[in-house]
This record gives sequence, C-alpha cells and structure tokens, in this order.
Amino acid sequence: METCAYLTAFLIFSPILVIIVRALYLIYQISTTDSRLMSENSSLRTILCIGSGGHTTELLRLVKNLNFDKYQPRLYILAENDVSSEVKIHKTEQIVPNVNTKYTLGRIPRSRNVLQSFLSSIFSTIYATLFCVPLIFNFKPNVIFCNGPGTCVPICIVAFILRCLFIIDCRIVFIESICRIRTMSLTGKILQFFADIVIVQWPQLRDVCFRAKYFGRLT
Amino acid sequence: MVNEYRRCFITVGTTKFDLLVDTIMTPLVLNSLKKMGCKVVTFQIGNSNFQPGIYDKEGIQINVYRFKDSILDDINSADLVISHAGAGSCLESLEAGKPLLVVVNEELMDNHQIELAEQLQVDGHLYYCTCDTIETTLEMLDFSMLRPFPKPDPTIFLKYLDDVLRVKPKSN
Repeated sequence: METCAYLTAFLIFSPILVIIVRALYLIYQISTTDSRLMSENSSLRTILCIGSGGHTTELLRLVKNLNFDKYQPRLYILAENDVSSEVKIHKTEQIVPNVNTKYTLGRIPRSRNVLQSFLSSIFSTIYATLFCVPLIFNFKPNVIFCNGPGTCVPICIVAFILRCLFIIDCRIVFIESICRIRTMSLTGKILQFFADIVIVQWPQLRDVCFRAKYFGRLT
Repeated sequence: MVNEYRRCFITVGTTKFDLLVDTIMTPLVLNSLKKMGCKVVTFQIGNSNFQPGIYDKEGIQINVYRFKDSILDDINSADLVISHAGAGSCLESLEAGKPLLVVVNEELMDNHQIELAEQLQVDGHLYYCTCDTIETTLEMLDFSMLRPFPKPDPTIFLKYLDDVLRVKPKSN
C-alpha cells in the first residue's frame, strides 16, 4: 500500500521536477552562453511584440532594418483594442518593397490598462497569458523581438515555458527602450532572466543590468 | 541673435498639457518668440483645454489644431520646435535637425521621460525647461550652440544578431 502511494507521488512529481530542472538549466544557459540558434530552415519564424505609442514606433523602426527574407513569416502581437499600431505596422511592411514575405497580426487582451489597480492587473495578466498559449503554440516562433511594453511579458513567459517543454525552440531578443537611461523598465527587470539577448541603448545601463549588451543607439 | 526662427512648431503629444498652452498664449512668451524672429506658430494641443483655430496675437499668427496622423511635416517645416518630453516627438525633432526646447510637464509625477530630456541636454542636443522658465529660457539660450544629433546605427547590432541566430543558406 505504502509503495503504491510512493509510486503515485513519484509519477506526479517527477515530471514537475524535470520541468523545473530544465527551466533552471535554460536560465543558466541563457545567462552564461550567447544562446546560439542553428535553424534547419532558411528563415526564422519571428514574433514582434507591439505595445502602444512610443514602444510601437521604436520597435517598428528597428523592424525596418531587419532582413525580411531571413525573419519571416512575421507575427505581430498587439493588444485587441489597438488600432493606431495596426496602421503603423501596415505602413512599415509596405516601406520595404518585398512582395514575397508574409506577415500576420495576432491580438491578445491588454494585460494592464492605464490606471488599473494592482490586484486586478494580476488577474488580467493571467487572462492575457492564457490567451498567448494557443497563439504561440500554433505559430511556433524561432525568434521573439520585444522592447518593453507590458504585453511582452506574458508572451515571453509562455514562450519560455513552451521551450522548457521542448515544444518550441525559440530565442527572445529584448531591446530596452531608448527612454531608459539609468534604470531598467519593469519589463526589463523581469525579462533579463528569460531573454536570450538583452540590448540596452545607453552605456550607463550596462552597469545596472549584468548581461546587457550595448551596440550604440539603434532607433 | 543672428539666427531667425520664423516658423515655430509646438507639440504636446497625445495627452493634454493645459499649463503649456496657457503659458505659450501669454504676451510675455509670445513676445520673446517674436524677438527671435517668430512670425508663425503651429501648435498641436492634443486634448488640452483650448479651442483649435487660427489666432493672431502679439503680431504672431498661431495655428492651433488637436491631432494629425503625423506631425513630421510640421516638424520639417519649422525653424524651432518646442515639445513636451515625449520620446517620440523629441527624437523626431532631433533627427530632423531642428533646434529643440523641451518643456517638462511637472504635473506628471515619476515621469521617466524627463530622464531622456535631461540626458540629451547633458549631451548638448537640446535644452529643457519647465513652464515657469520658458520665457527666460527663450531669452537667454542660444539655440545655435546645440550639437547635431548623430544618426542611429543598428548595423553592428544586426551583425551580432545574424551571428547568433543562424539559418541555412538558401539553396537555389
């Protein structure tokens, strides 16, 4: 009887243990190596986390410089009630004269509205996170670009968990906003543990974030 | 002052900034703009408490509007830009090579955008002030002393990215 209980406990907890060990191993690997990705394909499935206002403009200015042949197909994830970002995305995609590449838009609920209370923002974040799961599972990204809006935390966490479960193999590139000079944003503080590549745009920030890389101003 | 700033563009971004609108409309500030050679002011006021339209005050023509899809045309045609501390309008103005005065909204507490304006002033690319000091700032400062803002250069970053994220070369 007792062995049976032990066996059940073992069967339940060992997968959880494996996942935790895998997560810790990934975090260790992320923070000590440059987490190289060797794709079997000739292009990378790319997710771009679009926030609002300034964040959108900043990220899209970077997108313009990406090699669209390499980073495709692209999925832009944005908040469900965000119309102005959508206009900007279509504009950016039209600037680069390339008809062969594909891009789509995916929408998730806002994880935090302006002036929302802390407690209710926890619940809406969980809700937004659950929304991300099918989106990311179906798309199976190789790279995720994000630059700081709240929406990118759920996306990156879901992607990280799916990577722990060997469902996807993807790298997260976090670019801190140009507005951040001496302190990291909350998103940056969280993502410095999960993102494979952390980029800052001011040399002062390298002292604050232990693994940030600085390549000058990007946008 | 040698330089003339005939056309001035003022922008408050997507928010409201009543104090800036009120301050600009005072004869004191308009007169110091006039001393700098200003004839036309284009004023994007967002949701501020003011009626859009065309005004004529202190001999300056003031075109007031709320929003446009892009303020880039207004920035480009201006000789001097006065902007709120929003990163978007600051960087757009600097990239257009325009002399820039940033007016910080002190009513916004804990606004990290001030950090950017501060740093860009330290680097000599713009001046920043508050609503109380607009007039003295305009009178005292020489905008021709500002240094041009260098262009962003993502090539090293993109090279690094290509090195870390590798794909199979296309087989044609």
